[in-house]
Amino acid sequence: MKLQFSARAENEAFARSAAAAFVACLDPTIEELTEIKTGVSEAVSNSIIHGYGENPNEMVTLECRIRAGGKVVITVRDEGVGIEDVEKAREPMFTTGKTEERSGMGFTVMESFMDKVEVVSRTGEGTAVTMTKQLDISYGL
Amino acid sequence: MHLNFQMTDDILIASAVGELDHHSAGTVRTEIDETMDAFQCRHLIFDFEKVTFMDSSGIGVVLGRYNKVTKKGGRVFLASCSEFVEKILYMAGIFSIVDKQKNVEDAICLLNGQKQMEMEVSASGE
Ligand SMILES: Nc1ncnc2c1ncn2[C@@H]1O[C@H](COP(=O)(O)OP(=O)(O)OP(=O)(O)O)[C@@H](O)[C@H]1O
Ligand SMILES: [Mg+2]
Repeated sequence: MKLQFSARAENEAFARSAAAAFVACLDPTIEELTEIKTGVSEAVSNSIIHGYGENPNEMVTLECRIRAGGKVVITVRDEGVGIEDVEKAREPMFTTGKTEERSGMGFTVMESFMDKVEVVSRTGEGTAVTMTKQLDISYGL
Repeated sequence: MHLNFQMTDDILIASAVGELDHHSAGTVRTEIDETMDAFQCRHLIFDFEKVTFMDSSGIGVVLGRYNKVTKKGGRVFLASCSEFVEKILYMAGIFSIVDKQKNVEDAICLLNGQKQMEMEVSASGE
């Protein structure tokens, strides 16, 4: 599944609901669904806020894939400002957000709710965050 | 997301209904701040019973209110958090500074108990 939407805060809810709807066929638990929605929400709002400075003319891309055995792979991509030091950005409490009340916990939340979080970013080119989660599907399937 | 406000004495109870994310955080923030100021409330109780979704933006909202309210000598409580909301707030260490209560009634009780003590202290000091 691939989705492109404008970098408006209103689209955050849309993006996480779309991801949840897409993985629904795997019959995830409520908990797994909430965790996926939260991961998507964090990555998408980062693209909108930090990547694009909430410029509605820019587009965020959301890609969801389902791999054999109930593995979900989600990529959120922007062509925004990029991250200078990814390692530092991933540290808990690190934030460059000044105007709003940002806590710098977005990456920490993604990491705790998803199995794996990969960040590829280049200043001036953009950021791609890929999150992987193995769903606990029953063996009968 | 929308907010329902209730007041008892100088306590504002802000009941949040719906999804708390970056988009809704802006209005939640200003609505609470404006209501606190307009009615000169000292303490704030977040009632999160009807919060159906929350991401790290919620941490910022709680921390921001905490900073404002404590600056004026008030206290902030979190009431009726779901397990999931609690998990996110816990990651940020919120509960080491903001009191968590089972429900709004317990939070009010605690605040009133504290007021009672303050009154007794000032009475015995005279
Ligand atoms: N897509 C992105 N484009 C540019 N910078 C980013 C992007 N995603 C994250 N960052 C940088 O990484 C920092 C940390 O992100 P993180 O989500 O952990 O915290 P935050 O967004 O600042 O705060 P919070 O998510 O708790 O509200 C951000 O402050 C920003 O500097
Ligand atoms: Mg963030």
